[in-house]
Amino acid sequence: MMGAYILRRLLWTPLLLLVVGFVTFVLGLYGPGDPVEVLMRQYRDPEVVARIHAQRGLDKPVIVQYGIYIGNALKGDLGESFKYRGQSVTQLIGKRIWVSSQLGLAALLLSLLLGIPLGLFAALKQGRWQDTGIISATLLFNSLPVFITAPFLLLVFVLWLGVLPSQGWGGLFDTRIVMPALVLGIPGVAFFARMSRNSIVEVLSQDYVRTARAKGLSEFQVYWRHVLRNAMIPVFTIAGLGLATLVTGAIVTETYFGIPGVGRLAIDAFFSRDYPIITALTLIIATAYVLANLIVDIGYRFLDPRIRYD
Amino acid sequence: MVIAEKSDKKRPRGRSLWLYAGHRFVHNKKGLVCLIIVLLLYGAGLLAPWVAPYDYDEQDLGRALQSPSWQHPFGTDRLGRDMFSRIVYGIRTTVIVTIAAMAAGGLLLGIVLGLISGYFGRFADGLIMRIGEVFLAFPDILLVILIAATLKPRVTEWVLQVERATGIGGIVRFGVVDYLVVFGALAIVSWVGMARVVRGQVLGLKQSQYILAARSLGASHGRIIFRHIFPNLLPPVIVLVSVGMGSIAGSEVMLSWLGLGVQPPVPSLGVMIWDNGNIGVLRTNPYLLLFPVAVVATIIFAFNLLGDALNDALNPRAR
Repeated sequence: MMGAYILRRLLWTPLLLLVVGFVTFVLGLYGPGDPVEVLMRQYRDPEVVARIHAQRGLDKPVIVQYGIYIGNALKGDLGESFKYRGQSVTQLIGKRIWVSSQLGLAALLLSLLLGIPLGLFAALKQGRWQDTGIISATLLFNSLPVFITAPFLLLVFVLWLGVLPSQGWGGLFDTRIVMPALVLGIPGVAFFARMSRNSIVEVLSQDYVRTARAKGLSEFQVYWRHVLRNAMIPVFTIAGLGLATLVTGAIVTETYFGIPGVGRLAIDAFFSRDYPIITALTLIIATAYVLANLIVDIGYRFLDPRIRYD
Repeated sequence: MVIAEKSDKKRPRGRSLWLYAGHRFVHNKKGLVCLIIVLLLYGAGLLAPWVAPYDYDEQDLGRALQSPSWQHPFGTDRLGRDMFSRIVYGIRTTVIVTIAAMAAGGLLLGIVLGLISGYFGRFADGLIMRIGEVFLAFPDILLVILIAATLKPRVTEWVLQVERATGIGGIVRFGVVDYLVVFGALAIVSWVGMARVVRGQVLGLKQSQYILAARSLGASHGRIIFRHIFPNLLPPVIVLVSVGMGSIAGSEVMLSWLGLGVQPPVPSLGVMIWDNGNIGVLRTNPYLLLFPVAVVATIIFAFNLLGDALNDALNPRAR
C-alpha cells in the first residue's frame, strides 16, 4: 500500500515538473511577445528576425523548442541572459543561489534554535499566561509579512541600540548577515514554536510518558528520551513546507537589505525584462519546492504510519 | 420530488445552525472586535473620497514633513501630502484588489471547480486536481511575479489598442492595467486552496445518508447540489474566505512594495512602506512608516483572528 503510494508519487513528480516547466517556458517565451523582436526593439528587421529564428530554432513548434530547452537544462545550460550579454544564465544564477542558501541556512538555524526552546517552554507552562502569551505572539509574527518586521528591527538594532550594520553582504561569517537572517527567520521562529508546543503537548498525554514517569525516570530523562524525540518528528517533517515562506521572505529580505541573492535577481530580472533568467529561476525554485514537498510527504508517512494513503 | 417539496414547507421553525453560530460568534468578543475593525477599514477604503479630508495627490510643499497634528492626524510626507488621506486611498487599493481577487479566484473558480471535482469525480476530478497541483508547485509570489512579468506588457498593449480604437483615454494612465494584472495573478493563485477544501467537503457529504435519501427520491443533480450540498459547504468556505482575504491583502501590499503592483501616483500601502522604510526616514520621521505599517498589520491580523473566531462559531465540534 505504502510502496504503491510512493511509487505513484515518484512517477507523477517528473510529469508534474515537466508541465510546470512547460507553463513557465511558454509564459516566458510568448508572454512578452516574440523574444527576438523584444530584444531588437525599434531596430527590428523582418529578415534578420527570420534568420535568428531559424538559427535559434525559434521557428520550430513550441513543444520541440521546449524539448530542446529541457534537454539543455538537464546538461546545465539554461540559455543566455538578455541583460548581461554573453553570460550564461547558469553562471549568473549559480553565484546567487550560493548567497541565498547561506542566508536561508542562517535563518533556518535561527528559527530552530529559538523556536523549539520557546515551544518547549510554552508546553511546560501549558494553560498558564506564559503559554497564552507565546501562542498569541507566534500567531502575530507568523502572519506579519517580512517587509513589516524588517524596518522595525532596523529601528531597534541599528538606530536605538546601534549594534548591527544595516546593509550589505559578507557571507555566512559576517555580522551583516544577522539582521537579514533575523528578519527572514522570525516567521520560522513563530512556526516552529507553535508546532513544537502543540506536538509536545500531544506527546505528553501519551501512555508511554506516564509509564516513563511511573518507572521513576527523572523529569529531564522523561523529556529528553521520550517526549522531545517523539514530538520533534512531525515538526521536522513539516519544516520542509516552510520552504515557500523562505523563498517569499528571501525575495523581500534580499531586496530590502541589498543582498545579491536569488530573490534580488528575480526582482532585477523582472524590471530589466530578462526573461531567460525569470524562466530559469521560476523553474529551479518550483523544482526545489516540488521535491521538498515530495520528501516531506513521503517522510511524514514513513515516520507516522497512522496516516492513510489515498 | 413532491414529497420533498411538501416537507420543506412544513418544516418546524426551530433554531437553525446559523442562529446558533451567530449566537456563538456575537458572544466571542475577539471575533466581534475583529469584524468591526475589518468593516471600518473596508468602509473607509470604499468611501475613500468622502472619508479622506484631502486628495491623495494634493501637494503643499510649505507643509512638508509635519508631525501628526489635528489638521493632519498622521502627519504629512516630504511633498506635503496628507498621510491620513493617502493611507485611506491606499486602503482603497487593497480593498478593491482583495475583494475582486477573492470573488473571482476563491469564490467563483474555487467553489465551482471544487464542486465539479468533488461531485462528479472521475475525469473532471483528476484533471482539476492535477491542474491545481501545477499551480501549487510554485511558491505564490513567484507565480505572481512570473505572470506580472510576462503578461503585463501584453495586457498594457492590448488596453492601449482598445483605447485607440474606442477613443477613451487614460485607462492605462489611471493604473487600471496594474489593478488587472495584480488582481488576475492573485485570483489565479488563490483558487486552488478553496477548490481543495470544497472538494474534500463534497466528497464527505456525498457519503451522507440524506444525500442518498434525496437521490433515491429522484432529486436532480442541480437540486442536490444547491439544496443539500451547498448550504453545508458554507461554514468552511466562510472561514477560508476570512483567512484568505488576510493573505491576499498581504500579497497585494508585498507586490506593490516590490514595485510589481499598483504604480504611483495611484496610492498604495506597499509603495508607502517602501518609500518610508529606509533608515533615513526612520531616523527623522518614523511616523511616516508607523501608520501605514500599523494599518497593514491590523488588516492581516484582524482577518486571521476573525477566521479563528468564525471557525469556533461555525465548527464548534472542531475544538
